Amino acid sequence: MSAPPIIKAMGLTVEFRGRRSLFKPESVVQAVSNVDLTIEQGETLAVVGESGCGKSTLGRALLRSTPIAHGRVEFKGRDITRLSGRALRDARSQFQMIFQDPYASLNPKMSIYETLAEPLLVHGATDRASIRPQVLDMLSAAGLDPSFAERYPHEFSGGQRQRVAIARAAILRPDFIVCDEPLSALDVSLQLQILKLFTALKQQFSLTYLFISHDLARVFGFADRIAVMYLGKIVEIGTAADLYRAPAHPYTRALIAAAPSPNPHRDIPPAAATLRGDIPSPANPPKGCRFHTRCPQVMDVCKTREPTMSDLGNGQRAACHLLTQPPMAG
Amino acid sequence: MRRSATSVFLRRNALGLLGLTILVIVALAAIFAPWVAPYGPAKIDLMARLAPPAWIDGGSLKHLLGTDNLGRDILSRVIYGAQISLSVGAGAVVIGALIGSFIGLLSGYFGGIVDAALSFLVNVQLAFPFTLLAIFLLSTFGGGFTSVVVVVALATWVNYARVVRGQVMSVKNQEYVEAAKSVGVPTDRILRRYILPNAFSSIIVVASFSMAQAILTEAALSFLGVGIGSATPSWGTMLNDGRSYLQNAWWMTAMPGVATALTVLAGNLCGDWLQDRIDPRLRK
Repeated sequence: MSAPPIIKAMGLTVEFRGRRSLFKPESVVQAVSNVDLTIEQGETLAVVGESGCGKSTLGRALLRSTPIAHGRVEFKGRDITRLSGRALRDARSQFQMIFQDPYASLNPKMSIYETLAEPLLVHGATDRASIRPQVLDMLSAAGLDPSFAERYPHEFSGGQRQRVAIARAAILRPDFIVCDEPLSALDVSLQLQILKLFTALKQQFSLTYLFISHDLARVFGFADRIAVMYLGKIVEIGTAADLYRAPAHPYTRALIAAAPSPNPHRDIPPAAATLRGDIPSPANPPKGCRFHTRCPQVMDVCKTREPTMSDLGNGQRAACHLLTQPPMAG
Repeated sequence: MRRSATSVFLRRNALGLLGLTILVIVALAAIFAPWVAPYGPAKIDLMARLAPPAWIDGGSLKHLLGTDNLGRDILSRVIYGAQISLSVGAGAVVIGALIGSFIGLLSGYFGGIVDAALSFLVNVQLAFPFTLLAIFLLSTFGGGFTSVVVVVALATWVNYARVVRGQVMSVKNQEYVEAAKSVGVPTDRILRRYILPNAFSSIIVVASFSMAQAILTEAALSFLGVGIGSATPSWGTMLNDGRSYLQNAWWMTAMPGVATALTVLAGNLCGDWLQDRIDPRLRK
């Protein structure tokens, strides 16, 4: 452990406040609740969970794009929780974001060239002559023809736009990129191409990714480690291989069982592992274990006491009472 | 095939094109007034006082739209009057658009206390009886061209502020604005390069409506005698001059009145047309 981790989050909590009115007290929703997370240099960490579980908010909080209520975030050993103004803007050259919807994330009034030159200009590129080759190189690295530079976003397909968005995030040679469901707006055939692009850029620029996805099956082959989130909390984290082979948390098992299987005749998901019902409101999370309302193996203790993370070896950790006090036989 | 495409285009855009045509004719007449107008605007012909328009008994082709109480040719005065109306209108549109868009931009983007303060300003302006304010300002500071333009701009900036504020509030939540922030683009650059260009189309729409409003306001101020001064013919001044002759020389009032109405109508038609064409939800 020589180099500090790219990202270290401790007790990270993000709150959204509802508007207070005459008849209603102020409501506070914890979108991310007391999350500890470490991302090492060069790894790809996937964050998986249902919509509304706080995975996008977690990604934004790590990049200081959404206000942090409690806890702290360190970027390469430097506390960035309290950075603001100029210092924060300068720091942003080192961590970037890629958004879900490539139709919304590009300014329709700026050409591709202007869009890609923008980060360079903002971060102090004064030599205009040096910008052009950088932009054209980045376009080719992102798999786009450099002749596209003078065109505008509406002239491109979703996949091409997402390549532009990826090029914009990578052009400053950041260390860390948060990818917020960058595949879910794309066709399946394009998804694989874009995944390949992520892998290629990672090698070329030695990037570290936080890859947000709602599709566990999609990230198994791509991520080094996977964190499973439920209602603002990480319920299980571990290497992709461990999570696939030996998922410890009932929620992880349910997600794996819900994924379409390439060989449906062989591994039929056990009925016990299927999920019922909807994700509860994060404004009023269940007491005890937040998952107990939908857990197929729920016990009495789950309804009253919140489980803590248990270490399962090889960096795999899960928060479930089954791991500390197995159910009594019978 | 080609012909039918053209006719479909004409039918869909008929009113807008009509408005545009009228505005272009009025603008050309104003610019080339010395060549277009048969007489000078102040040329007095006492022998031909109160001559009716050409198509009425007693009228002659010498004065197509008749003459006023001093024998001045009304057609020529209407043409020269267009210079005042259009230049006041254009000046007021530019000043009003600059002030109003700036205030709307700040109000919509920053929200909170900034928005509350600026919206209060807008509401005060809206609540104030504008004509009284205009008469007060013009009689206090004098009624030159510049002060009339500024006062008329005062009447229209609120339109920009309100429309731009709403537009900015929707644009600022677009993902590309968040993307710009996460790249580290400073706020002033976000406003200039991301927010304003994407709110610009609505400014154009408001401008064409405001042009009409400004022309009308200028006419009203001139009619009330606080306009640019009666040496220069303005449609509002002509309306006022004709007031005392309404019984026996209606054309003194009717001609500048029709000119004002047509120009204002044309401006509004253009505004409607642009609005429909620019708003994708209304585009067929």
